[in-house]
Amino acid sequence: MLKSLFHSQISLGFAQAAIAAALALLVILLARRRNIHLESDTAVALLRGIVQIVAVGSILMLLLKGPRWSSVFLLTAMIIAAGSISARRAKNIPGAQKVSTYSIAAGAGLVTAIMTWAGVIDTAITTLIPVGSMIIANAMNTNGLALNRFRSEVLSHAGEIETALALGAAPPETVARYAESSIHASLIPAIDNLRSLGIVWIPGLMTGMLLSGSSPLYAAIYQFVVIAMILASSGLTSLLSTMMIRNHAFSPAEQLMLRNGG
Amino acid sequence: MSATHHSAPDAVVLRTEHLSRRVGDAAIVSNISLDVRRAELLGVVGASGSGKSSFLRLLNRLDEPTSGAVFLEGQDYRQLPPRELRRRVCMVTQRPFLFPGNVASNLRFGPLQRGETLSDSAVSELLERVGLPGFAARDVTNLSGGEQQRVSLARALANRPEVLLLDEPTSALDEQAKLGIEQLICNVVRQHSLTCVLVTHDRDQARRMCDRVALLEAGRLIQTGTPAEVLHA
Repeated sequence: MLKSLFHSQISLGFAQAAIAAALALLVILLARRRNIHLESDTAVALLRGIVQIVAVGSILMLLLKGPRWSSVFLLTAMIIAAGSISARRAKNIPGAQKVSTYSIAAGAGLVTAIMTWAGVIDTAITTLIPVGSMIIANAMNTNGLALNRFRSEVLSHAGEIETALALGAAPPETVARYAESSIHASLIPAIDNLRSLGIVWIPGLMTGMLLSGSSPLYAAIYQFVVIAMILASSGLTSLLSTMMIRNHAFSPAEQLMLRNGG
Repeated sequence: MSATHHSAPDAVVLRTEHLSRRVGDAAIVSNISLDVRRAELLGVVGASGSGKSSFLRLLNRLDEPTSGAVFLEGQDYRQLPPRELRRRVCMVTQRPFLFPGNVASNLRFGPLQRGETLSDSAVSELLERVGLPGFAARDVTNLSGGEQQRVSLARALANRPEVLLLDEPTSALDEQAKLGIEQLICNVVRQHSLTCVLVTHDRDQARRMCDRVALLEAGRLIQTGTPAEVLHA
């Protein structure tokens, strides 16, 4: 129906976005009727989302005319933004932004670099940016989950942690158990994605490849490659961020800083 | 298993000088100066919210003083590595917070942090001291509240501390278990000449157990003296 109303691809895109946003707002209104107030958060998120993605699309249009290595700048900017966003899940832990940015840079950056070097990810900007951003976004989510879980585990086990400190234990030792459970919990979505691949869902990248005429078998295999890359980068990010954040929960005098009301 | 003490009897083991801690605008602990002598059992009493537990947390540096100082055997405790300080000034909390596993692994926890493995006979000896012979292999989930607190005390003693800090160690226990733990603490402290600071809201308990009492009110030290002098009301 829309295609007959809009003749330019850009105006068609905005019309499609408006319908998708309206659907999301409808759900929010339904939630409101049950006293679940998500209106302002969702409205801001939708607005931010469309502005950000249009900005990226515009930058991509510009980059397509530039040299291939220019995509590195965009991916770096994405990593910095991802670090900042997921650090909010570690409220009251000093240095969380630095930890998040370094972890995502190492996790997503290393996997993207290795796979690009191996020729799995094409260096063309149209491939490197979407695939790289998928890896970064998933690393960001995993990092946020890991930090959030770590924070809540530490808050709910402050007594046990301080008991261990009071007996002379090293700070990282006192929270090792909670760091491990944070890593495990943060990787559940990535592992489940891999488990359910093709059975429960056919991800967007594969859909896109099919729509653009790729062989269904190659599209399927490449989708596995991407999901496996996501698992590798998410795992590395989660490992690094929980390893680093362990020390940030304590003061230099080895006092637990992350406490309810503390 | 007894602690190694370097100071003479009646020497000051722990001293606080104008010790204070503020959190935001609130003065949690205000300008407390007092001495704790070797083998003394000092009670810190006061109403709920008077800063007793906050004061105790400052003594093994679980919290940082905002001003003032704490001296252990004459040495400013900030000059000591925190882990060494906490080995020497050990705390037993209101809730025992036993680690998952058996009783023996809990007792071995402190020494293990320094690379020492407590022998089976040392574990047995500690358990006998706290009235739990034969409990080494017991899983901590199968212990009563009183037994858990005894294990918590034994776990602290396994570190061979010079000072024992006790934060309301009997407040979660029934009357019978409470009296048993009181007796146990008094015996352990006396037999091994331990220096001990006991925080309690229970004035009768302070009368029964303490050599000297410090009364706190709104984070301030109001009075120190014998239980008869301070707790006359």
